[in-house]
Amino acid sequence: MLEISQTVGALHLAPAFSCLELVEVAYFGLMRRGLGSGRDDTFLLSKGHGSLAQYLVLEELGLLPREHLENFCTPKSPLATHPDYGTPGIEASTGSLGHGLPLAVGMAYADRLRGSDRTIFVVMSDGELQEGSVWEAFMLAPSLKTTRLVALIDVNDFQSLGRTSETLPNFYPVVDKLRAFGWEAAEVNGHDAAAVHRAVTSRAGDRPFALVGRTVKGRGVRFMENVPVWHYRSPNPEEFKTAMAELREVVS
Amino acid sequence: MRNAFANAFYDLAKQDDRIMLVVADITASAGVATFMKEHPERFINVGVAEQAMISISAGLALRGMIPFTYTIAPFTIYRPFEQVRVDCCYHHLPVRLVGVGAGVTYSTLGGTHHALEDLSVMGGIPGLTIYAPCDPAETAALTLASARVEGPLYLRLGKVGEPDLTKEAPEPLVPGKIRTLKNGRDLAIVTLGPIARLAFEVARGLKEGGRADPAIFGIHCPKPLDREGLLEKVLRRFPRVLLLEEHVPHGGISSRVKEVAAEAGTANRFATCTLRDEFIHVYGSHEDVLRAHGLDAASVLKRAKDL
Repeated sequence: MLEISQTVGALHLAPAFSCLELVEVAYFGLMRRGLGSGRDDTFLLSKGHGSLAQYLVLEELGLLPREHLENFCTPKSPLATHPDYGTPGIEASTGSLGHGLPLAVGMAYADRLRGSDRTIFVVMSDGELQEGSVWEAFMLAPSLKTTRLVALIDVNDFQSLGRTSETLPNFYPVVDKLRAFGWEAAEVNGHDAAAVHRAVTSRAGDRPFALVGRTVKGRGVRFMENVPVWHYRSPNPEEFKTAMAELREVVS
Repeated sequence: MRNAFANAFYDLAKQDDRIMLVVADITASAGVATFMKEHPERFINVGVAEQAMISISAGLALRGMIPFTYTIAPFTIYRPFEQVRVDCCYHHLPVRLVGVGAGVTYSTLGGTHHALEDLSVMGGIPGLTIYAPCDPAETAALTLASARVEGPLYLRLGKVGEPDLTKEAPEPLVPGKIRTLKNGRDLAIVTLGPIARLAFEVARGLKEGGRADPAIFGIHCPKPLDREGLLEKVLRRFPRVLLLEEHVPHGGISSRVKEVAAEAGTANRFATCTLRDEFIHVYGSHEDVLRAHGLDAASVLKRAKDL
């Protein structure tokens, strides 16, 4: 992601960092894939601005060629800042917040109608929870018995202008609201892949399930962590070097 | 029109199990009640949650279903506009957005329940088809014809009790094509939707006065517009054209027809009879409200005579 950040300006790097584990656990730990068209589980990145996290996974799965990532946001690549329907592995266009969950409810309803056992995983953001359409979907999903629906909520406590908990101090904790709307819900450290996996796989499954993943925006690069400007900005060459050095240290 | 839609929908849904009905606490009449009874799983009432109605329908369509969403026109398109634009149209999904009470049909319910700029708003969306039938027969035919529309569709309906206008039309309905509703000479009246009733009234008035025998053309598909048909049947044949629609002056058929004429250089003279570019604060019958904006037989007749 950092390498790509050197060619594109408004990259939305920090939002991709904060949901990386949630996206990876969904793809590599939770989803059933390779069963054939129309049978695989579905992934929707409702927080479309975290697209880099999904693109990297799709590249790893062989669905996107490396060149598409290297030419991200240029005419040479179909990849935009926000996922676009029709791109391999992208099952709905997102970018405007508050669309992914209700789309998933419709998909899950159709699956149930057709007797399909596909599960739909939706990665959402906490800023997105401020959209009213999200709560229409939270309200409806349990009543429509769309039980094969898992919302993974990246609660990094940040939105463009600052902390979500300062914008809406009386909205927290989130997990209570989800339960109040009839969902099964759990809260874990969203960077702890094992904990995320355990929480989702041990769900009862008789209702839709929401996981509140507490995360750090810009996770992995100290100067980006919890600093709002990195919602959009790409690092300059100097910052890039510092960030790469830090990540190398963590990996080694 | 509501009943005609409900019955045609029932017939359509019987033949195709991908068809669903998703409503936001408003339903059509008997035909729909039968559908609900026979296929409860293909009927969803989301409650008063129009954004969810549209997005959930798009989700259903992403899985191969063909959902019809149904509520009063402003709540079908204005309230959830971004869901319409992004989820249905940007994805180019076969969601059928049914809006009842278009124009100022719900006259006593006031401005919140009017859709007097819907063609203008929806007409700007790429890839969307708009059907606006003028009577129950066209409503039934276009509901059935929706099966051949591959992308999203806005079906603009009145409510109940509209008269049959097209029984004696000299041309059959061909979905998407401008239709001759009455033959004539002298003058063309081009209209859209149930207000076609007024076109017939005006035509009778002109004929009785011995002044003229106008032809009437119905545009039931303002998007994509049948430009060729419009040029051939109307603009190249009739120097004088009266445009009649229950819509603001811009973005509906009247401005579109003039645009086509200007581009083709057909040099027609136009009289534009539409709602004014104003919200309406007059209450009463549908006719009372239309009259307040000059859409009554006497006013339109005068415009025709002056043309």
